[in-house]
Amino acid sequence: MADFSSFDMSSASSTENADTSELQRLIAVEQQKAQFQAQVHNFTDACWDKCMDKPSTKLDSRTETCLVNCVERFIDTTLTITNRFSQMVQKGTH
Amino acid sequence: MDSFGSDYSSGTGAGKMDTGTIMEQVKVQIAVANAQELLQRMTDKCFKKCIGKPGSTLDNSEQKCIAMCMDRYMDAWNTVSRTYNARLQRERARM
Repeated sequence: MADFSSFDMSSASSTENADTSELQRLIAVEQQKAQFQAQVHNFTDACWDKCMDKPSTKLDSRTETCLVNCVERFIDTTLTITNRFSQMVQKGTH
Repeated sequence: MDSFGSDYSSGTGAGKMDTGTIMEQVKVQIAVANAQELLQRMTDKCFKKCIGKPGSTLDNSEQKCIAMCMDRYMDAWNTVSRTYNARLQRERARM
């Protein structure tokens, strides 16, 4: 907690508020981690269907490569669609 | 899933917890939610993979398939997690 910027919120009583904003910051960090995990669940779900044949005793390298590509392309797809969509909205077409 | 319940309704009120205690609980609840999510999705996937035509019992080969499927699902989860994390790192570096 190397952040004493709470000084400019003059009226607020110091320690209690520093505590609250520190707590908010910590919770935001955990929230971000949870969001990451939620996204990993979604990717795994989608890419499992694309890449997995019958489960065997080891994750073979072909499947592993497929999973890696699947995640990368999924993200590319998200970015491409987001960009194109925002262009469409800006141009007012459709 | 009704975690994140009323326990931490704003700082006021009786029995104030310190930041460490609250964070401890937040972390535990997130971990539990994550495990539940994994369990649910894994069950769904492995049921689809391993149980073709449901018989009168879960037979030996089905149980073996389920065990293997669980292990592979967790491998896949970890691979995806590593890949996604690396991608985030790269995207951040580009900005």
